[in-house]
Amino acid sequence: MESTELVVNGKAHKLEADSRVTLLDALRNHLGLTGTKKGCDHGQCGACTVIVEGRRVNSCLTLACMHDGDEITTIEGIGQPYNLSALQSAFVAHDGFQCGYCTPGQICSATAMIEEARAGWPSFVSDDLDGPAELSDEEISERMSGNLCRCAAYPNIVNAIRQAAGEQS
Amino acid sequence: MNAHRKMDKPDTRNRLDDMSQGLVGTAMDRPDGPLKVSGQATYAHEWEVPDMVHGVLVRATISKGRVTDVASDEILADDAIHAVITDDRLLRRPAQGGANEAPPQGSKQVDYFGQPIALVVADTFEQARHAANNLKIGYETEGNAAFDPEAAATETDKPEDDQLDQGDLDQAMRNAAFTVDQVYRTPGHNSAAMEPHCAIASWEGDKLTLRGSYQMLNFNINELADALHISADNIRMLSPFVGGGFGSKLGLSPEAVAAAIAAKEIGLPVCVTLSRQQVFETTMRRSETHQHVRLSCGEDGVLTGLGHECLVSNLPGEEFYEPVTQATHFLYGGKNRKLGIEVARLNRTCGGSVRAPGEAVGMQVLENAMDELAEAAGIDPVELRKRNIPEQHPEKDIPYSSRRFTEALDEGAKRFGWDKRNAKPGNLREGDWLIGHGMAGAARINILSEAKAKVTLLANGSAVVETDMTDIGTGTYAILTQIACDMLGLPADKVETKLGDTDFPAGPGSGGSWGASSSGSAVFLACEEIRRKLADKLGSDERDLELADGKAGTGEPAQSLAVILDGEEISAIGHIEPGKTLEDWQQATYGSYFAEVAVNAITGETRVKRMLGVFGAGRILNEKTATSQCYGGMIWGIGSALTEELAFDNRDGHIVNHDLAEYHIPVNLDVPQIEVVLLKERDEFASPIQAKGIGELGICGAAAAVTNAIYNATGIRVRDYPATLDKLLEGLPDQQQ
Amino acid sequence: MKPFEYAKATAHADATAQAANNATFIAGGTNLLDLMKLEVMAPGKLVDINRLDLSEISQTDDGGLRIGALVTNSDCAADKRIRDDYPVLSRAILAGASGQLRNKATTGGNLCQRTRCYYFYDTAMPCNKREPGSGCQAMEGFNRIHAILGASDACIATYPGDMAVAMTALHAQVEIEDKSGDIRHVPVREFHLLPGDHPEKDNILEPGDLITAVILPPPVEGKQIYQKVRDRASYAFALCSVAAIVKMDGDTIASVALAFGGLAHKPWCDEAVEELLVGQQPSAELFGKAADLLLAEAQGYGSNDFKVPLTRRVLISVLKKATQTGAAS
Repeated sequence: MESTELVVNGKAHKLEADSRVTLLDALRNHLGLTGTKKGCDHGQCGACTVIVEGRRVNSCLTLACMHDGDEITTIEGIGQPYNLSALQSAFVAHDGFQCGYCTPGQICSATAMIEEARAGWPSFVSDDLDGPAELSDEEISERMSGNLCRCAAYPNIVNAIRQAAGEQS
Repeated sequence: MNAHRKMDKPDTRNRLDDMSQGLVGTAMDRPDGPLKVSGQATYAHEWEVPDMVHGVLVRATISKGRVTDVASDEILADDAIHAVITDDRLLRRPAQGGANEAPPQGSKQVDYFGQPIALVVADTFEQARHAANNLKIGYETEGNAAFDPEAAATETDKPEDDQLDQGDLDQAMRNAAFTVDQVYRTPGHNSAAMEPHCAIASWEGDKLTLRGSYQMLNFNINELADALHISADNIRMLSPFVGGGFGSKLGLSPEAVAAAIAAKEIGLPVCVTLSRQQVFETTMRRSETHQHVRLSCGEDGVLTGLGHECLVSNLPGEEFYEPVTQATHFLYGGKNRKLGIEVARLNRTCGGSVRAPGEAVGMQVLENAMDELAEAAGIDPVELRKRNIPEQHPEKDIPYSSRRFTEALDEGAKRFGWDKRNAKPGNLREGDWLIGHGMAGAARINILSEAKAKVTLLANGSAVVETDMTDIGTGTYAILTQIACDMLGLPADKVETKLGDTDFPAGPGSGGSWGASSSGSAVFLACEEIRRKLADKLGSDERDLELADGKAGTGEPAQSLAVILDGEEISAIGHIEPGKTLEDWQQATYGSYFAEVAVNAITGETRVKRMLGVFGAGRILNEKTATSQCYGGMIWGIGSALTEELAFDNRDGHIVNHDLAEYHIPVNLDVPQIEVVLLKERDEFASPIQAKGIGELGICGAAAAVTNAIYNATGIRVRDYPATLDKLLEGLPDQQQ
Repeated sequence: MKPFEYAKATAHADATAQAANNATFIAGGTNLLDLMKLEVMAPGKLVDINRLDLSEISQTDDGGLRIGALVTNSDCAADKRIRDDYPVLSRAILAGASGQLRNKATTGGNLCQRTRCYYFYDTAMPCNKREPGSGCQAMEGFNRIHAILGASDACIATYPGDMAVAMTALHAQVEIEDKSGDIRHVPVREFHLLPGDHPEKDNILEPGDLITAVILPPPVEGKQIYQKVRDRASYAFALCSVAAIVKMDGDTIASVALAFGGLAHKPWCDEAVEELLVGQQPSAELFGKAADLLLAEAQGYGSNDFKVPLTRRVLISVLKKATQTGAAS
């Protein structure tokens, strides 16, 4: 058993759990934060994306005990049904989801991705590694390719992110 | 109060066009959207069930034979392990969609590699997973397993009622001005819904509550009852949110029965979730297909003969087979026809429904063959299709219901700029990329399914819709809300739609694209009944009733519903059944696809640059969710065309690429902005709301538009899907140029 | 996942001592936990090294860069010095995995990434890499992603990464601290092993060895290209990738460094191919000869046969682009 303190959405949680418990399973099975989804458990789908210390990561591929004291933002911390973030609202307006299962991961991922672009991080499709990282549709698609959506809401996911990123800049 | 309608006659009233509230057809946001985007929607694994423990299924690692020994004692020595379940009631494979009874049971017999043979239950998921991984199983293998559908030794059979031999196709081929005679192959697919299958079973005495991820609770409850040998009256199933299905959750799957047996045995609620690998190995696969297509036509391009003979596969004893020729029967003319299906019996994961069984792969190939014929005959592919749209059903003496195929072809060609394309293959290059354009037709049968829904107009003037129908991402919450709003004159926030609970009236389930029109009709009928009651109260005729914004009246809505109801509530159950219109008219949905691709002249990698779909599917109930369904279908088409393939190892039949790293569903960057156009259409034969299905139409031929475009780009016909780069390399331009 | 003991290392010596005693390091964990869940790997003890001071990218005395072993793939690819002077490395990293995985994956961990061979990943299958002596199912099975160069009778697995391919072309060195605290440097070109008779051994690391950094030599002039070919547009492993650094002197190739991913048990490099090109004028004939030489010993196993012509085409194309006179990319 490992004793770990996770600061999730600004609130500290003490966790006493098997060292094998992933951050994903800690959130879902131990803290009752089921907004973060398990789609593959192997870092192949992105449904479990959360933001750890400001960075989007696959919570299925990291152990809870490795995050003692870390600040974690999950979908529950991004917005609630009656208090949605601009990006969440854009997902609703653009129908950036269908079944909704990959959606929290998409939104956590996009929330952090917009910051990565703002920090000037290039991507695989950037013509110029040094240019400002403008979020063209192709840039959004590449940067969001770690989040699978089998309903294939991709065009609308891009539309929602483009709108929300535009409003924020 | 019941309002029943059997669809024996067309409904030409188009009542939803006359409702003042005017929500049906609009792009209303999904009412369930805010819950989904904030992580508050409750999927199967996410219910708070006190004292719940975890089960993990154990898979067979032989392909055919018997389990002779399960070394349960070894792992039961650990106090954390509650049980090792090897009950005779465990499911060996999932139930087929609509089975309504248990599929083959008993964990001793092994029919395919990866079959569930035991369940390990422990306090925690981590403990159960490790113990399941290390449970030692003894086997007795049988050597006569079959793995290759095309091997000579493989046994096959032909479903009697799916063989057609009309006229003389051989002679038509001999006498034709132009012919196509080709074999095409499509690989197996997995639905790969993002939410893995999951069930939480809890018992109170003899009463079982099963929270799971299923598409058709109306059937699933009976499948579960039959499997457990209990009465369905003692079961409640809950699936208010389903994280995608695409056919894989139509029938009950092994985790449900395993969870229920384990929960009963140990006296605690048990949660069983399939791992992603298990989703690939033990939920339905779409069969691979081998399709022999023959087309013959005269100088004018009009078909004289059409052959579509297919080999598919499934486990021995399974009645389901991929109905590859489903749309071939009615889409195009041609007097001389030979259509048939043969089923190879293999020891591979069970074959079943994956989005648009039949047309998804059948139309994909038929529309490749039509492209080949257009080229052979020197006729524009759009024109060729238009010339072959028959007046009457080419095999039965029945007319078509509403059919907007011609309009879809014309509208698509116009919007895409088809006339500006370069028709000569391999003639357009931009840097390293060869550019090509292709098109294909879309068709999918339409089905109306029996459905019930209860609508209650509450005394406060708001309404509740209840049915065990599910929303698997299709938009059921939205469209049922919209129909109730329009029929009862209520704004969207005054109607609450409750789904996915078997305590509610039985809906049609989500499958075969019938969900919206069937459950929508049930809601419509219930609302009509409520309107009659309201009219009674107002002393008027229901047809004169005007309802809008929570008010009712004749001529104009004047009085608030709450006042009219005066403390009462009105409830009605709508009940729709399919009838003669489904037999006496050929009902289907139609469309067209146009695609622009770029094929890398060096590597053979293909990227879809532009894609358009134009669809006619009866009344569109919600423009936004219907469009999303079409995106989904078309993108599945991109996956089918370019990347998706279940790779089987033919030495033991196991699925080699059983995860999302190596089974390549499209990622965001594979997909361009896609344009979808929904044609205005009312199909009076289809349903009382003139709607047809749209959830699958988007895939039914989409892949062909992509591969036809690859041909236009490169001059290479890929007849063995998917069109991965290795199949293009040899035909690409020489680099020395 | 087998139960394991978990410890956090606070100092290098502490980490290497534990590792020498049968523990496995965990940094990003993206590949290790993936494999542990399937019990393909089942270490009895994990030593979490994330708190070691190995997260800096710093200048070396000779003008190169020292990339700490815990620098994440994201930070490495986005680092201004790497983007400007070693673009092939930024490009290679950005071509790999997803944004989320790159945020977790580390420089040292990525070097140790294990193969994606389907049979290695499935504990029901014999696999010489996972269980020495049990056999290789891939050789006569489905081997689309497998090696065409340097394979052995025991194993045809490939190293799946992108980052190390660029590092191979860059002649980077791996800095390793052993359990005695001694530091040694090994060229990336020699870090990964060919499978030979011991496919269970991916690289030259011995128990207790800790990768502390990767050292890039001073920037070299020339055009840098990373081309990756894969089955999806993104988020897929390389079927073939080429890292090329080519410097022209007028119309002559002055220097060239090439490395290939997706083809072998290690990032593949062939110095004879590089030598063949140096001092020559670019031509289709020359590039064809280079490809002939590179692929002279290439062997397909069925589903991966296509990699031979694919690699040939990609190499020729990359060489054409790299030797075109014009602005460096």
